[in-house]
Amino acid sequence: MAAVLPVATFPARTPRRVLPGFGLSLGYTILYLSLIVLIPLVAIFTKTAELGWDRFVHVISSPRVVAALALSFGTAGVAALFNAFAGLLVAWVLTRYDFPARRLVDALVDLPFALPTAVAGIALTAVYAPNGPLGRLLGALGITVVYTPLGIVAALVFIGLPFVVRMVQPVLEELDREVEEAARTLGAGPRQVFARIVLPAVWPALLTGFALAFARGIGEYGSVIFIAGNMPMRSEIAPLLIVTKLEQYEYASATAIAVVMLVISFVLLLAINALQAWSQRRLSGTAR
Amino acid sequence: MRSAPLVRTLVLLLAAWACASPAVAGQTVTLLNVSYDPTREFYDEFNAAFAADWKRRTGDTVVVNQSHGGSGKQARAIIDGLQADVATLALGYDIDALASIGHLIPADWQKRLPSNSTPYTSTIVFLVRAGNPKGIRDWGDLVKPGVAVITPNPKTSGGARWNYLAAWAWARSQPGGTDATAEAYVKALYAHVPVLDSGARGATMTFVERGLGDVLLAWENEAQLAVRELGVGKFQVVAPSQSILAEPPVTVVDKLADHHGTRKVAEAYLGYLYSPQGQELAARHYFRPRDAAARAKYASQFPEVKLVTIDQAFGGWTKAQAAHFADGGSFDRIYGVR
Amino acid sequence: MSRVAHGSRRLLIGVALLYLAVFLLLPFAIVFGEAFAHGVATYVAALTDPAARSAIVLTLTVAAIAVPLNLVFGVAAAWAIARHDFRGKSALVTLIDLPFAVSPVISGLIYVLVFGANGWFGSWLAEHDVRVIFAVPGIVLATIFVTFPFVARELIPLMQLQGRDEEETALSLGASGWQVFRRVTLPNIRWGLLYGVLLCNARAMGEFGAVSVVSGHVRGLTNTMPLHVEILYNEYNPTAAFAVASLLALLALVTLAARAMLEAREPDLRHATRAVQVAQATSP
Repeated sequence: MAAVLPVATFPARTPRRVLPGFGLSLGYTILYLSLIVLIPLVAIFTKTAELGWDRFVHVISSPRVVAALALSFGTAGVAALFNAFAGLLVAWVLTRYDFPARRLVDALVDLPFALPTAVAGIALTAVYAPNGPLGRLLGALGITVVYTPLGIVAALVFIGLPFVVRMVQPVLEELDREVEEAARTLGAGPRQVFARIVLPAVWPALLTGFALAFARGIGEYGSVIFIAGNMPMRSEIAPLLIVTKLEQYEYASATAIAVVMLVISFVLLLAINALQAWSQRRLSGTAR
Repeated sequence: MRSAPLVRTLVLLLAAWACASPAVAGQTVTLLNVSYDPTREFYDEFNAAFAADWKRRTGDTVVVNQSHGGSGKQARAIIDGLQADVATLALGYDIDALASIGHLIPADWQKRLPSNSTPYTSTIVFLVRAGNPKGIRDWGDLVKPGVAVITPNPKTSGGARWNYLAAWAWARSQPGGTDATAEAYVKALYAHVPVLDSGARGATMTFVERGLGDVLLAWENEAQLAVRELGVGKFQVVAPSQSILAEPPVTVVDKLADHHGTRKVAEAYLGYLYSPQGQELAARHYFRPRDAAARAKYASQFPEVKLVTIDQAFGGWTKAQAAHFADGGSFDRIYGVR
Repeated sequence: MSRVAHGSRRLLIGVALLYLAVFLLLPFAIVFGEAFAHGVATYVAALTDPAARSAIVLTLTVAAIAVPLNLVFGVAAAWAIARHDFRGKSALVTLIDLPFAVSPVISGLIYVLVFGANGWFGSWLAEHDVRVIFAVPGIVLATIFVTFPFVARELIPLMQLQGRDEEETALSLGASGWQVFRRVTLPNIRWGLLYGVLLCNARAMGEFGAVSVVSGHVRGLTNTMPLHVEILYNEYNPTAAFAVASLLALLALVTLAARAMLEAREPDLRHATRAVQVAQATSP
């Protein structure tokens, strides 16, 4: 399972540097990281610092900013939750059943990773618009998707779908089916097997997939901007508010919102890494 | 690494394909015109006409590059370093920012060219679906039950600000109208708006392509273009009883043009906008020309509308911006942002 | 298997496939449907238009600069992280991941703040007539940022999985460090490397948000393909917009197909890449 888990903390052992090139490769890594990522990111913080603490609090606590952040986090949460259920189902079907074109379907799950977000945006708008194939259907039921928070959720569901599937799938593959079958022979119903055996095993992966889809959804811009209504207080996402502030020449206010998003995303990233470490520890106990 | 020659050949082929334009003799000057959304088609044609005229007069070749986008976004790009020689934006406020924030042009830029540095004007009209099924004739009809209005976000779109102020000015000019009744009307109007696109073009696409809304508030030229390009017989233009004189001004971006050494051609470029040829082209693209001859020739396509100016009704852009579109202004109030 | 189980199995497969068809395939199909809505001639015309051609060339150029730079970085980072022990390793990995968690709007904005006319180096750059923002270097920088972790994230788990024994043996047999890397490491990681490059490239060519902030949108000069899609869409030309979009969608398909082929060739990769690519796509 080590392969699934990006980087683990290594068991303590005396550092021995047998292989050469450590200084060069680490030095280059840190230099490149600093030049491209870290130093430019500092600019966000120095620009925000121009505001001073009071103005910063004032900007990020203004109702419009709060509403936009709530919308971004809310829709990302709903979409990730939806994907947690749907993703588990898709992963289950892909690992447990054999059916025609299974491999093709498996490959297609990654489509949202590879499709440029702007392309996804205009395509989704065309699908869900009142004159689009799905929009017409839903319109007949009295449901409007485009230009409502529902539209944002639809876009984020598209963007986030592969995360849960790809996190859960390897765990389901590894899961010993004999355990499931043994439970069956001992008289457990399918529901019990799922609740007692499958769910506990996939739970950490499911949670990680959810967190990844969530983190990605918060910052998403390209695909959402076409389908969201962009109404202040109602369907205006936080990244759009950053752009709006920029266009009013309020750079520091824009970076203030960026700082809030950045800090929250970073915390999420740390949480994901912790989750992965945790699930690794759990799994190393169960699998194999 | 064995594939390096292959890669090199590919790159060369691509490069050749990219610049497969005929070689030119004489000096070549490049201008960058940074403009707003609905002027794309006009400047496409105007740039070709100007280049031909410049070649005839000086023997030099001028290539005018275009950048289009929301007016505020474009002004910000110039301030942040987009190398514009001329700026042709949607409203004076955005060009003011080039002076006040960017320090790229003098503060009195608007006095340098005739007619407030605005070679053509426009106004705000309604675009409705064919046959005008909701019977929309004037601003009052927009707030009738069941009418959905499409207009972009005034925080990001210059055109949307003109829409907003035109609505406001109409409401205030009604019998018994005050700022309070105007705000109540505008608030009622925006309750009928289902989507706020970030730019004028986005709003037009929403109305025309996505089929949303009963009426689009649009630049007159944008509405006419939409009828012509996208739906002859599907849409029609309705002129309200009163609207606003929208003045999209132009200027040379002094600091950048001087740096590029393009001031002479940049000034000639803007001058050509005022020439009979430029005025005729503007009129053909449904911008209202300043020139009397061009205006007479194209009179039929510009309905008589009572037009108020921003100076009369709002005391200029700086005041209008502060009162309506800045944080805490009337636009924030009608959306319940305090 | 009982009839009930058989029935529920069919139901589950049906629901899952319907879900994928509606949420994934429909948007994808509509790109091609709209692109060819007015026939093949219109489609070809949209792609051979000079502005479209220069957008295609710019996109290829940007990817040709950004991807190799991230490739070199990815190999160096993986060598340092997967082949050596040092303190702060997991912090370093989290920092490498950081661009995944940054909204693309912010990714573009940071370079405006650093290199813009009013940014840190703005006046110096203006004096020396160096253009970064609203020119190709800015677009390249933003693209490097959003695709920063791809190759590194692909290689680190793969190299950790493979362990260091082979390299250490080669070294003890008298090979030089460079020889070890060329003869042992590189052949071991080449498929993972190729796969990382493919994903990195797909994203480099498709990036919209970050590039939009630093491009300036000068027609024929600083419009990449995704930006050109937006412009065409805004020019009452949805068919042409979808035509250019279909090229990008095709790129996505090719990437997926190439991955499937690589995995079939190298089963080891499948383990290393599946979950890792999840992290790779975390970038908004």
